[in-house]
Amino acid sequence: MTNMTVGDKPKISPFYDPKVRGLFFQVLMLALVALGVFIAYRNAVEGLRRQGVVSSLGFWDSVAGFPISFKLIPFTELSTYGTAFWVGLINTLFVSAIGIVLATILGFIIGVARLSTNWLVSKLAYWYVQIIRNIPLLIQLILIADILQHLPNTNELKENSLGIYLSNKGLFTPQPDFLGGSQYIFYALLAGLALFIAVYYWAKDRQTKTGQQTPLLPIFLGLVFGLPLVAFFATGMPVQMQYPVKTRFGFQGDATLQLEFVAALVGLVVYTAAFIAEVVRAGIISVSKGQTEAAGALGLSPSQSLKLVIVPQAMRVILPPLTNQYLNLTKNSTLASVIAFPELVQVFTGTVLNQTNQAIPIMGVTMLVYLTISLITSFLMNNFNKRMALRER
Amino acid sequence: MKIKITGLVVGAVAVLAANAASAGTLENVKQKGFLQCGSNTSLAGFGLPDAQGNWTGLDVDYCRAIAAAIFGDGTKVKFTPLAAKDRFTALQSGEVDVLVRNTTWTISRDTTNGATFQAVNYYDGQGFIVRKSLNVKSALELNGATICVQQGTTTELNLTDYFRANKITYKPVVFAGSDETTKAYDSGRCDAFTTDASGLFAERLKMSKPEDNVVLPEIISKEPLGPAVRQGDEKWTKIVMWTHYAMLTAEELGVTKANVDEMLKSTNPDVKRLLGTEGKFGEGLGLTNDWAYKIIKAVGNYGEAFERNVGQGSQLKIARGINALWSKGGLQYAPPIR
Amino acid sequence: MTMTAPLNSPQVSYVRTASAEALPPPTKTSGAAAWIRDNLFSSVGNTLLTLIGIALAYVVLSAIIPFMFTNATFTGANRDACIATANRPVIGACWAYVATYMNYFVYGSYPIDQRWRVDILYAMFVFGATWMLWLDAPKRGLGALFFFVILPVSAFFLLHGLPAIGLETVTTERWGGMLVTFIVAIVGIVVSLPFGILLALGRRSNLPIVKMFCVLFIEFVRGVPLITVLFAANFMLPLFLPPEWNPDRLLRALVAVALFSSAYMAEVVRAGLQALPKGQYEGADAMGLSYWQGMRLIILPQALKATLPNIVNSNVALFKDTTLVSTVGIFDFVTALQASFKNPEWATSVTSTTGLLFAASFYFVCCFGMSKYANFIEKRLAKADKR
Repeated sequence: MTNMTVGDKPKISPFYDPKVRGLFFQVLMLALVALGVFIAYRNAVEGLRRQGVVSSLGFWDSVAGFPISFKLIPFTELSTYGTAFWVGLINTLFVSAIGIVLATILGFIIGVARLSTNWLVSKLAYWYVQIIRNIPLLIQLILIADILQHLPNTNELKENSLGIYLSNKGLFTPQPDFLGGSQYIFYALLAGLALFIAVYYWAKDRQTKTGQQTPLLPIFLGLVFGLPLVAFFATGMPVQMQYPVKTRFGFQGDATLQLEFVAALVGLVVYTAAFIAEVVRAGIISVSKGQTEAAGALGLSPSQSLKLVIVPQAMRVILPPLTNQYLNLTKNSTLASVIAFPELVQVFTGTVLNQTNQAIPIMGVTMLVYLTISLITSFLMNNFNKRMALRER
Repeated sequence: MKIKITGLVVGAVAVLAANAASAGTLENVKQKGFLQCGSNTSLAGFGLPDAQGNWTGLDVDYCRAIAAAIFGDGTKVKFTPLAAKDRFTALQSGEVDVLVRNTTWTISRDTTNGATFQAVNYYDGQGFIVRKSLNVKSALELNGATICVQQGTTTELNLTDYFRANKITYKPVVFAGSDETTKAYDSGRCDAFTTDASGLFAERLKMSKPEDNVVLPEIISKEPLGPAVRQGDEKWTKIVMWTHYAMLTAEELGVTKANVDEMLKSTNPDVKRLLGTEGKFGEGLGLTNDWAYKIIKAVGNYGEAFERNVGQGSQLKIARGINALWSKGGLQYAPPIR
Repeated sequence: MTMTAPLNSPQVSYVRTASAEALPPPTKTSGAAAWIRDNLFSSVGNTLLTLIGIALAYVVLSAIIPFMFTNATFTGANRDACIATANRPVIGACWAYVATYMNYFVYGSYPIDQRWRVDILYAMFVFGATWMLWLDAPKRGLGALFFFVILPVSAFFLLHGLPAIGLETVTTERWGGMLVTFIVAIVGIVVSLPFGILLALGRRSNLPIVKMFCVLFIEFVRGVPLITVLFAANFMLPLFLPPEWNPDRLLRALVAVALFSSAYMAEVVRAGLQALPKGQYEGADAMGLSYWQGMRLIILPQALKATLPNIVNSNVALFKDTTLVSTVGIFDFVTALQASFKNPEWATSVTSTTGLLFAASFYFVCCFGMSKYANFIEKRLAKADKR
């Protein structure tokens, strides 16, 4: 290493050249992975051939031959396996979407409560979070289903005039029966929503210009609930309530809220809310104390400062982990299969897989579905994050 | 550390991995020194482990009989408890040598699912159990009822067919495991619970008030339950099949676990052929000629196994019914051993 | 935004034009009464919150406490002790059933005369875990070797058996209950940490192919639910492997859990690596250390230390996730629990609820302990960094 002048190339063995080594290891890795995939593929082909099983999605259009209890699109035992897949997927998305809305509301309440100056409230929120976060979701779901199964039997219930029955088959309530003319109520609801959005933007504009605030809540109630109500009376009350009719086996028709759906939803909401609460708390703490003090100095009340100063800033910190929690909730909804809620895993990788015995295509499709949901969500979130990111001057 | 852990994992794989079938299953089983038998996770009367891991049941005795035919020792068998939905994958992958798990013989299972059935060790049919308080006398009265059913079984499809054929409706609640299914029925979530009739009697024992539940008279399907093996291994298929027929023949001839040694001296040519004192039928199967003697010595004849596990000697108290020998009005009929 | 009026002009509606009235002097600020007033009844809204809180706490506790304690049955030989009678119309938890089943929950159906082997393993685990978790313990490097290498190897031979030295073979079908829960968790932890580190380093590597594989693996595994990974391992692993390997059922679940937790661990470690100032990497290069030397001596010790609380939390998640192996027929604690519900000797209306509450408490104690430990390290590290 002595007397090395600038420009001299040090003689190094190619083995120590980082570029060569990098290339070598990458080629090695590529070869190993390719070899592994090849061996796995060969074994699978060989194995399937030996078993006389043809692996394909050819069963997709065959008649399923089993019914599903909870469905949002038409499905009978004469529908196809493909339809069963869609029923499962839609159930997964349905329970996840409602779960996300409810968990967000509950999570924000608990997260804010955790930081409350009220000692009792903050302690209660603390123990809620600790207890729920440290018990596996599976146990919670089974426990909730178990407790709900202890609700009274349908034949033990006395008939009541309200027509509301909480039994171990689920919640039965009067269900609306829409007659002719009821579409106007729906149109009124749409019009009310559209009007409210217009008013909302006008009010926001007015506030930035004049500082005058518009009481939005009564307007919201008036437009979104009042307008359809007016339409309801104007069209001569075309909606009739169908009261649950008691039969030998509980009540006629489907429950308003089926037991398994309630158990799955409650479990997912309670569990995810504890995590969201922690996300919200971390977000609020991340807003520097000066912001709260400044808001106070401006004469904002604590609730105003939370709404107008703290939360908008905290949202930047909250959003990425919050999205993560939404994804977790969607993935965790697979556990509802254990308590007999017919979501994707229960219907597709459960019943359909058992009837068709096509493990590879069915597992592949199922994993692809969840992967797609995850990727779309992270893609949207990344875009949103870029827009939300603090623009430094 | 990385290398050590990888090594450890590879080592564990190597030790845990059992040598499965690639040549003949019989040679493989002989080489391993024991039979790997796929059984139910817990079904009283057919395949049920107690807390100490001792297995009992009609299916379990079948496995022991096969082991006895091969090794002369009914204890050289290991059980893999399988859920309904895992059973065929386990058989196909070679994880088990034979599947004796109250499995219904159907055409699709016998063809596209890669399994082969040859014998029926229990003729069953699907039935319903309901609470007495509902005062239901027939399954046809179950219109609108909520019914608990286990996933991945022929039961699920038969149920649909039956209600469709009779133009009545029901609300299904589908569970993956039999434990959860029974529990949901027992708690009142469902009005009825359906599975094979033998299973209904077994599950009723585990309910909080067994006497409050009644099995309905209708049998809505044919459920021939039998052992399944992988396709494409003639020799092995025949051993499994003839194990059953040996037990049946023994019952026909009055050969029991208790008197089998005495029977060796019998002059009845049928008995002599069965016990291998005449002819070389065992060798034809790839076993020894006293194969049937070993089976009977280990588990007794079919009638004994039946009574001990599901019949009068058990808690289930199921009558022989169609599982009686053909000579007594049942369906159990063995081709002659000659 | 355009400023049209000066701040003190009357057109700016959000600025006060007159001074606010002076507030009254503060009342007593110390003592129990003051504390209660300040923390619970400082305003009308706060008082309302306190009352709601008390109501909520009352509703929850009045449901749980009588069931778990005052109405509960603690002793009894069979279900008769836990069935409602005229004298005891309200029946609480049936702890007698849990007591009867305790051995089954802890050991599954492991042969009774061999259970000492499990006990030894539990003792070794407690010893190893204490060594690892006690930050001031002597020779912690040796402790890591014990926990990550000696313990898993000896655990395997202890449980599975080694006929050569007189330990009879106990096949995995006999393993069960909490034993299996702990095995799944420990294998997950022991495998996921090194693999997670490798994956995290791979993801930050300059080698495009290595990076691509690591990113693909991590994102794929994190994008799908664990239950589908377990199903896939259960159904498909035997197909992809040579038929003569025929992996054991428990092994398949272990592989699935280990792969799954490695991907999550990789992201935890990556966060630690990213938090490290760039100067550390440059410093390592400047010292002339090779990539692995730099990682081993400079980067990883700092990154892992900073992210230790997150690693522990990730292990809490893993421990909770072990419950899912019950869905592929592995005889873990959850499966043992559900099997116990069906015993006619103990079949009552409260049996399942009692068992589930017991399971919830078991997992809570384990997980809460671990999270509290993570908090403790976090505080200690924060103190160390404060200088």
